[in-house]
Amino acid sequence: MPAVSKGDGMRGLAVFISDIRNCKSKEAEIKRINKELANIRSKFKGDKALDGYSKKKYVCKLLFIFLLGHDIDFGHMEAVNLLSSNKYTEKQIGYLFISVLVNSNSELIRLINNAIKNDLSSRNPTFMCLALHCIANVGSREMAEAFAGEIPRILVAGDTMDSVKQSAALCLLRLYKTSPDLVLMGEWTSRVVHLLNDQHMGVVTAAISLITCLSQKNPDEFKTCVSLAVSRLSRIVSSASTDLQDYTYYFVPAPWLSCKLLRLLQCYPPPEDGAVKGRLVECLETILNKAQEPPKSKKVQHSNAKNAILFEAISLIIHYDSEPNLLVRACNQLGQFLQHRETNLRYLALESMCTLASSEFSHEAVKTHIETVINALKTERDVSVRQRAADLLYAMCDRSNAKQIVAEMLSYLETADYSIREEMVLKVAILAEKYAVDYSWYVDTILNLIRIAGDYVSEEVWYRVIQIVINRDDVQGYAAKTVFEALQAPACHENMVKVGGYILGEFGNLIAGDPRSSPLVQFNLLHSKFHLCSVPTRALLLSAYIKFINLFPETKSTIQEVLRSDSQIRNSDVELQQRAVEYLKLSSIASTDVLATVLEEMPPFPERESSILAKLKKKKGPGAVSVNELEEGKREGGELNGGGGERGGDNSTIAASNASTPSPSADLLGLRTGPQVSAAPPSAGSLLVDVFSEAGVNDDGFLSSAPPSAVSEDAAPPLPESNELLNKFVCKNNGVLFENQLLQIGIKSEYRQNLGRMYLFYGNKTSVQFVTFTTTVSCPGELQSQLNVQAKPVEPLIEGGAQVQQVINIECLGDFCEAPLLNIKFRYGGALQNLSLKLPVTINKFFQPTEMASHDFFQRWKQLSQPQQEAQKIFKASHAMDTEVIKAKLLGLGMALLENVDPNPENFVCAGVIQTKAQQVGSLLRLEPNAQAQMYRLTLRSSKDTVSKRLCELLAEQF
Amino acid sequence: MQFMLLFSRQGKLRLQKWYVPLCDKEKKKITRELVQTVLARKPKMCSFLEWRDLKIVYKRYASLYFCCAIEDQDNELITLEIIHRYVELLDKYFGSVCELDIIFNFEKAYFILDEFLLGGEAQETSKKNVLKAIEQADLLQENLDFQIRLLPAST
Repeated sequence: MPAVSKGDGMRGLAVFISDIRNCKSKEAEIKRINKELANIRSKFKGDKALDGYSKKKYVCKLLFIFLLGHDIDFGHMEAVNLLSSNKYTEKQIGYLFISVLVNSNSELIRLINNAIKNDLSSRNPTFMCLALHCIANVGSREMAEAFAGEIPRILVAGDTMDSVKQSAALCLLRLYKTSPDLVLMGEWTSRVVHLLNDQHMGVVTAAISLITCLSQKNPDEFKTCVSLAVSRLSRIVSSASTDLQDYTYYFVPAPWLSCKLLRLLQCYPPPEDGAVKGRLVECLETILNKAQEPPKSKKVQHSNAKNAILFEAISLIIHYDSEPNLLVRACNQLGQFLQHRETNLRYLALESMCTLASSEFSHEAVKTHIETVINALKTERDVSVRQRAADLLYAMCDRSNAKQIVAEMLSYLETADYSIREEMVLKVAILAEKYAVDYSWYVDTILNLIRIAGDYVSEEVWYRVIQIVINRDDVQGYAAKTVFEALQAPACHENMVKVGGYILGEFGNLIAGDPRSSPLVQFNLLHSKFHLCSVPTRALLLSAYIKFINLFPETKSTIQEVLRSDSQIRNSDVELQQRAVEYLKLSSIASTDVLATVLEEMPPFPERESSILAKLKKKKGPGAVSVNELEEGKREGGELNGGGGERGGDNSTIAASNASTPSPSADLLGLRTGPQVSAAPPSAGSLLVDVFSEAGVNDDGFLSSAPPSAVSEDAAPPLPESNELLNKFVCKNNGVLFENQLLQIGIKSEYRQNLGRMYLFYGNKTSVQFVTFTTTVSCPGELQSQLNVQAKPVEPLIEGGAQVQQVINIECLGDFCEAPLLNIKFRYGGALQNLSLKLPVTINKFFQPTEMASHDFFQRWKQLSQPQQEAQKIFKASHAMDTEVIKAKLLGLGMALLENVDPNPENFVCAGVIQTKAQQVGSLLRLEPNAQAQMYRLTLRSSKDTVSKRLCELLAEQF
Repeated sequence: MQFMLLFSRQGKLRLQKWYVPLCDKEKKKITRELVQTVLARKPKMCSFLEWRDLKIVYKRYASLYFCCAIEDQDNELITLEIIHRYVELLDKYFGSVCELDIIFNFEKAYFILDEFLLGGEAQETSKKNVLKAIEQADLLQENLDFQIRLLPAST
């Protein structure tokens, strides 16, 4: 037992603790504890009234037992009794017990609150502090209900002791965090802000945490804190190390307070007042200067405290992102830390530089440290530091250094820790795609990825390489050759077999001229892997085989034999068996023409956002991918996919140059490419190929298994602009849907719950009548089961200048992504007019607005925190960023626009519930405009992932 | 700060302070996971690590590990010094503190922590002021048999 026994020793307690420590086994310990519990229980139940000391001792023992990890189900009442003891130590132990072991027993809480109330009104500062500590430690809603009104009064009362003010400030902070709705702003608010001027440094230190939290939620009401914080900071920064006496920590004046002040300033944009801003910039410069001064002490505490302030200052500089000079200085400072002997500093420098890399002002400065960072990746002994280095390399990557960075990351992958491999693979794949100028490099990189870390290459990654090879005909031959070579390795990863199978099945013909890779050699090579593969890969290989029959008639008999073998045609796996049977039949019955049609080369993939990027975002959570990156990804993505619409290298370069202007880039991302490209000539319409469905392109199968489209054969494909037209109606219900020289289509619609009614007005703009006017509304693919759309018949004849009306009833059965198609046919002067549009029925039409308070909003927001529940997009504004217009659009969306919820008043948050027949899907929205960058960040969270995604897509086109 | 844990090299929990509401089961799970993670780290490694969506800051003093969980925007280095200041406070109070002091006087360790940190935020960073508060309380002890109630109890 230690000699120290300050205060009152409780001998019984010390003996008990010694006993426990002397127990040789877990069993012995439990036995001793049970004995003690029985003893205490009998004392508490005994007839004899216990004196305060014994009560305190037993309660303390119970606490000890609880802290050892055992359950305690009694003693609460005795602890509550201690609260009203007039002996300080008894009261103190009572409060400690209550703080650690709160029980939701309502009777007890009433008693506890009563005792607290007494102590708060006792005017004894020591007792008041104890009571406040207890409230802060428990922080329950019941306590907030009881004391949220009282504590602000104590905090700002003129006669409150400093120590009580400190406790009151942090106590209020805790209550505000748990029950913000119960802490009401009032006349105390402004007085709290002025605590920043308090003479007592401890009061300022405590109050500023409260002010920071309140400012985040109510920035306007607290904005006077900015100038106060700046002047306080300025006084500290310019003070000599001895000025602040006990608040100087290892020669650093008030490090905690400085950090908190800098943190508070990060809740606001740069000060508008020139003088305040000048003073602040001066402070930041002083902090940066001090980092260059020789240390005043060799102690690590000195450098930690000093650097804590420095890093917080750098965070503020990055937050402002408006002072190029400071940004570059920050970057240079961090550069020095990259080689510091303290691991902690290297770690933090790498982390902080990651954010600097995304600022346009400092991106170049960050890039100069590439060699050091690569070296860190290779030599750091701590995996968490290496992880930071990999993150930074990823953040600093651009076209100029992509090849080097990707190569380094690839070579690091060979020895990388298992825990970070998957993320590394995703990052390499993204960088390779984003910065590929020449696609053979891209293909090589991804195949290398599979070779080095095949197990960590997710589906998204290998799907993506196939999509790109299919969309870029300049790389197909190279890809075929490379996979062919890769497959010759005796042991190759199954993912390699998948990619190889798919690519050879599509483009094997491009290398078939070389006798070393003749059709039969290719087939034998693939088939040699077949037996080692899992069922999905085998299925894919079977599809490759049937593709071979089409590409190379000379392989037909060999492949038919394989398909016919018992191990295929009688395979116990239904999928494999079915493929074998169907492919065998197809190859024997169909004529070469039909075969060629069915097995036609895959059409290009429509694309919006790289699925890999989405996956990385999921892994890292929102915010992990910087604005820059997304914007660039979008641009680059546009370039890649540009090839989809217009094949051929030249065209896609043009597309790329267009893509850098903001508004057309959206279209290059695939909105226009999908429906235009038809895979097969119309004569094959009834075969397996689904001409019109965008979703008809399967990820792994060569043949689309989607059912034939509901659109009748001769309906025109939807107009290229039909997506744009659809987007026009996301936030409004009425207007002109379409207009050309002949026809105008107006629309009026209303929605209630999961039902909608739409009125279409067809106006004949000519003086000649339209005859055999017919319209069909259809739901392609999946939509059939998601929407029930019934169109009333329409008059077959529209006189010149006349208008007819059609009513369409809509029922939403489940959530959906596609829009119903409206096909219109009529004869005008003998010529058949045939056009298809998308009917502007979008999932948001079924929103019911939901009003909620800030507290509820954030609680729900948190509940929807699974990565797939969130969808986020960062995009350039395509319209003027007018608050009123944005509000009107959000209201038109159908959600409730919630005021005073987001801490940043610039932001918009909305809430609503989508009503479908099958279920209700709650959705929350947050839109963060950045006027300076002319960008938005849009985040959606819904209980259903497809809904978040779809809403995000729709809305990203609206602003 | 979301919570602070003190545990020994053998993985025995010596002090736990939670600043966010969690159920006992969750607390035990977190403790188990973190103790394992931190004990597995080698001496020269950096004092920070990412864990779930939190940042862990830890430091070893003799046989005891001090481990804090902070949020994304919190400052790692200043947290490291929070730990150090707490150690200094304990040291000053007990007179070159050792693990045994914290085991046998765990309640004092909690009281000192409450004076220093409240609700997960620094309340008073002056060593003098914190110790003054604790010593005043020690003086108050047994001789405070007379407590003057300025206001009568409401029940």
